[in-house]
Amino acid sequence: MTKRNKDGVALTVLRYDPRKGGDPYYQTFTVTATKDTTVLDALFRILETQDYSLAFRYSCRSAVCGSCAMFINGRHRLACSTLISQVGREIIVHPLPHLPIIKDLVVDLTLFFEKYEVVKPYVVPTRPLPGKEWIQSPKERSRINDSTDCIMCAACYSSCPSVWTGKKYLGPAALLWAYRFAADSRDGVLRDRLGVLGLEDGLWRCHTIFNCTEACPKSLNPARFIESLKRTATKETLKARIPFLS
Amino acid sequence: MFQHDVIIVGGGLAGLRAAIESSALVDTAVVSRVHPLRSHTKAAQGGINAALGNAEAGRDDSPDKHAFDTVKGSDFLADQDAVELMTRMGPECIFELEHWGCPFSRTDDGKIAQRPFGGAGFPRTCYGADRTGLYLLQTVYEQSVKRKIKQYQEYFVTSLIVDEGLCRGVIALNIKTGEFVPIVAKATILATGGASWIYSISTNSMINTGSGMTLAYRAGVPLKDMEFIQFHPTGLYPSGLLITEGARGEGGYLINNKGERFMERYAPKAMELAPRDIVSRSIQKEIDEGRAFENACVHLDLRHLGRDKIMTRLPGIRELCLLFVGIDPIDKPIPIRPAAHYTMGGIDCNANCETPLKGLYAAGECSCISVHGANRLGGNSLLECVVYGKVAGQQASKFAKSVPDRTDERLIESSLEREQKRVEGFQKGNGAEEPAALRDEVRLILTQKVGMFRSGPDLEAALDQIRRLRRRFSQLRPIDLDRVFNLDLIRTFEVESMLELAEIITASALARKESRGAHVRLDFPQRDDENFLKHTLAHHTPTGPRLDYSDVKITRYQPEARKY
Repeated sequence: MTKRNKDGVALTVLRYDPRKGGDPYYQTFTVTATKDTTVLDALFRILETQDYSLAFRYSCRSAVCGSCAMFINGRHRLACSTLISQVGREIIVHPLPHLPIIKDLVVDLTLFFEKYEVVKPYVVPTRPLPGKEWIQSPKERSRINDSTDCIMCAACYSSCPSVWTGKKYLGPAALLWAYRFAADSRDGVLRDRLGVLGLEDGLWRCHTIFNCTEACPKSLNPARFIESLKRTATKETLKARIPFLS
Repeated sequence: MFQHDVIIVGGGLAGLRAAIESSALVDTAVVSRVHPLRSHTKAAQGGINAALGNAEAGRDDSPDKHAFDTVKGSDFLADQDAVELMTRMGPECIFELEHWGCPFSRTDDGKIAQRPFGGAGFPRTCYGADRTGLYLLQTVYEQSVKRKIKQYQEYFVTSLIVDEGLCRGVIALNIKTGEFVPIVAKATILATGGASWIYSISTNSMINTGSGMTLAYRAGVPLKDMEFIQFHPTGLYPSGLLITEGARGEGGYLINNKGERFMERYAPKAMELAPRDIVSRSIQKEIDEGRAFENACVHLDLRHLGRDKIMTRLPGIRELCLLFVGIDPIDKPIPIRPAAHYTMGGIDCNANCETPLKGLYAAGECSCISVHGANRLGGNSLLECVVYGKVAGQQASKFAKSVPDRTDERLIESSLEREQKRVEGFQKGNGAEEPAALRDEVRLILTQKVGMFRSGPDLEAALDQIRRLRRRFSQLRPIDLDRVFNLDLIRTFEVESMLELAEIITASALARKESRGAHVRLDFPQRDDENFLKHTLAHHTPTGPRLDYSDVKITRYQPEARKY
């Protein structure tokens, strides 16, 4: 057991080094912390004073770049915006669960980004481009509110039981983006989008468990967007089958 | 070995915009030390300038007026041909982003919304709430996905491959494997961002260490106007995190501990919306003269804007305040102080983004074209990234098409070997110096002695200290090389760059014996157009930077006194 003094915090990290192989293991470090110290700050202190080999991702330290999502004391959080004073004096940091570990707290997000690409993550206009901007009313703009604010940290993806059990399932982040483009007044390919989303590993694998919503460090609600897509998909299918509805 | 026609180092707004342009013509790849969506562009908040005239009060705006505001804001150090090109191309570049799906906020009649920003005569700053950077970066990233542009993610470039005055690509560390690899190209664009993390109080991402600038510098390209560092007036206290200028654009007040809107004393007309250099110095003066809270910060008060406006226009900064200082700006003022924010200077290049090294281009914050001169206006950096990212992509791809297919295997081999030898030097270090300690020291020296108010003696002392730190860098403890995701090694490369840049910034500041824009010398308080209406150029030599100067391009706007 690592001893800690009165200002000390015991920070346990799940370690894994592919060069060494073997199973991941826990290692506990003692770090000092003030009221402003974040978990990311503490990881840097460990890196620079105790273990030069510790690996983790970082960039903006202002909760927007999406690099440092981790599983901290049983919750998905961004290390940069998690104050140690909020989580207690004993802290356990895991890499994002259910993802392949590259090293320590760094996980492989290749599949996560590939699934994002499946949903055609860009606006596809079908009308001729205007000379200036498209006119989009504030009401039309508000339909995509929040769905534009995802920072692609993969917390929701890592938290979703349907992802754990269905490796091909697109997952909450990709579906949030699918909603964002389908709901944009400038996009013209809703039917094509729903075609992809209606496949076996699309929308309908979401079982509205809401882990994604709980995990999102930006307080977004991916489940709501997925539900909205399901309603749209149902309506469009009915319209196609029952002519007088359209 | 990898090979492409054009490679772009950096996956932020300028880099991806360049890649979109270049990939239409030639085989193009983006090399980035982080996943492109982790780039610093994402942290930009307030907006991007273009004379669209969408706001009621902006009907009479024009690219010319935008150009004049930019030149005046630059304290007449910007190159006016480059500024005019930028402001003229502004509207079309914004419309292009909008057509790609960028989710701008809207006016009631459905156009792109624009807000007032500092130093601008009209509401000219297009925005998406206070997440404009996130939306812009996401938009160009989406387009790079659509175009299937090859990306080398988590590759840290450590040197350029140069052959007989021609840049032939880069050597990069593949962070995920720990191996060094050559990435060969006919043209290379550096879009590596700024260097403001080298100050201890900074708004920047931790990856903004300026290591891209030193790549060019060591290859013989001068760094221009490096003494001009912008301090953003409103860094959150104490972390320095950015609180957007949009907060003042929407009507926020700056208040000292006497309850005064102190900008009345410094810029009675423009008040809180004076340009950044002026507002930052005013805040620092209030702090220095004892009118600060906790002797360290003043307040940015948004309470009178009301809940609705804060929730719709400034939700991101409300979130930052709640997360990092536990304050809700709806109920309480925000503690702020100036923080290093932007490097106006950078890699010397012209309005075609060409550097003096053939085949090497630069765009975005790492470059100095120069459109910002001695002080950048808020909202102009994102515009520069978009406009000059596009220009760089066009120019580099055109150049790549004109270069014959020729790969000199021996050259690449020897470049790789040289790099490996350099790194082995780190491994064989026989000293005990900690790179992190040197970094912390240099960041403090810059904040204390090369900050908003400078003087000859301070700068000389700083230069001396920085040179001592550089000598200590040659006595590092051994750095282990045999690692995947080797943060220790990457951060050692960064410290090397930071020390080099610190020396350049300080030497350039010491030589500029005048006050202009963001560079203020207490011992030379006036602007001196006769001697210093010129760009500083710092050239690499083994013993430190050698300085000379180049002319400023003046087209239409003659220097005049700068009043707001």
